[in-house]
Amino acid sequence: MKRIYLDYAATTPTHPDVVEAMLPYFSDSFGNPSSIYSYGQEAKGAVEKAREQVAALIGARDDEVVFTSGGTEADNSAIQGVALADPERNHIITSATEHHAVIETCRFLERRGFKVTYLPVDKEGLINPDDVRNTITEKTCLVSIMHANNEIGTIQPIKELAVIARGAGVLIHTDAVQTAGQIPVNVDDLGVDLLSISAHKLYGPKGVGALYIRKGTKLVPFMHGGGQERNRRGSTENVPGIVGFGKATEIARNVIAGEIERQTQLRNHLISGILEQIDGVRLNGHPTNRLPNNVNVSVDYVEGESMLLNLDLENICASTGSACSSSSLEASHVLLALGLTHEQAHSSLRFTVGKWTTDEDIDRVSEVLPRVVARLRAMSPLLKSHK
Amino acid sequence: MPDIQSLYSEKVMDHFRNPRNVGEIENPDGTGHVGNPICGDIMELYIKVNGNIITDAKFKTFGCGAAIATSSMVTEMVIGKTIDEALEISNKTVAEALGGLPAAKMHCSVLAEDALRSAIDDYHSKQKKQSKTKAKAKKK
Repeated sequence: MKRIYLDYAATTPTHPDVVEAMLPYFSDSFGNPSSIYSYGQEAKGAVEKAREQVAALIGARDDEVVFTSGGTEADNSAIQGVALADPERNHIITSATEHHAVIETCRFLERRGFKVTYLPVDKEGLINPDDVRNTITEKTCLVSIMHANNEIGTIQPIKELAVIARGAGVLIHTDAVQTAGQIPVNVDDLGVDLLSISAHKLYGPKGVGALYIRKGTKLVPFMHGGGQERNRRGSTENVPGIVGFGKATEIARNVIAGEIERQTQLRNHLISGILEQIDGVRLNGHPTNRLPNNVNVSVDYVEGESMLLNLDLENICASTGSACSSSSLEASHVLLALGLTHEQAHSSLRFTVGKWTTDEDIDRVSEVLPRVVARLRAMSPLLKSHK
Repeated sequence: MPDIQSLYSEKVMDHFRNPRNVGEIENPDGTGHVGNPICGDIMELYIKVNGNIITDAKFKTFGCGAAIATSSMVTEMVIGKTIDEALEISNKTVAEALGGLPAAKMHCSVLAEDALRSAIDDYHSKQKKQSKTKAKAKKK
């Protein structure tokens, strides 16, 4: 039976054209971009072409794009780089629903004397811009708020937050790992100083990402080494990965408009299918201001991992915010921040559609999920206590 | 090809797909209710005891694959055992009977053991109450 992959927010398959673009840079044009002979210069040329492609996706200048090992490194570099750049300022503002790459970096800095404000979100996952305005002090060095949430898909009003932050002379970073290539992302339109992206979320390879650094932004380098990336990030460039990343962003630019429309339809079709067929289901995240590819629901009385296992037995791949799927045994901090109970957080399911998702795939989920839920509810002790 | 099922042994997946003894027992001789919503696993275990032998056991569980499989396995293991024999069942014997559990899921087997002990405790306290009321009735 065909496997139905509905976890594109976790990772995407690498586009065949991307793989093809990468292949020459493993064994043929294998040179080190720092070398002056032809092998090296071929590789350097390829890296610079990719830099132009990535810059074009986000409306940046080429020299404002620094390649990293992925979104996590981009987030770490941005936050630690700003925090260490100005010894006079030691306060960071972020949100309760950030990706672990941001939250854990902030916690790391807190243990080293920084003050961090974790702003709450409303029940649909939105930041209140007034909260940013009211928590900025003269000690604030950075506001770091994600563009869209990886679990619930809620899109934050970054443009508005940037006006507030920059108006107060504070730098603003956004983790755009879930939005770059999925919805329009333009650094000038958003008004951000720093922006993180990842290749493997937009049909590029794993292990490569980028940090956009607005020209003039003071940042302490995260990786010290041989002066690559204009002294911003030491380490021999991941040439095949960077080439693939560039190609993936070029493809994304060409297809984004049509994909937004198509994926929004698939998303809405799936949401209505689930809500109509199963009682006791709530949609998590914002009803409209959400990523075109994201569906996140809590299914009363049923635990997430047990649903995932049953779906997997039917060849459907999805995701959950339940503790039981993680090593920490804690339910999703994002869902709890929305005000969900622990039961509701453990009962969540996330489906994220993508390039190769079809109407038939969505129909199949709408057919299988009610059966899975009924089966698990029959053995749920929670259902009885609510009768 | 690797998939989520390789997280669990074949035996765990068998009990997850075809759980034994799902449901409740009317007027059970002992009930165990363990777990909490924060950790995401809640188990209810019901036992019927005749003489000193557990003649039936059923469960209801809200939890992951391992939680459901350990609940199912523990019901299968206790039926036909005496109370003393049942008390010898530990989380390790349940996990072993399932062909092992991933390290991160061992807490599920602890929950199954707790559910069983709690059901047996409940059985004992009900027995005490009964003998007291019987004793009272005799005095009268």
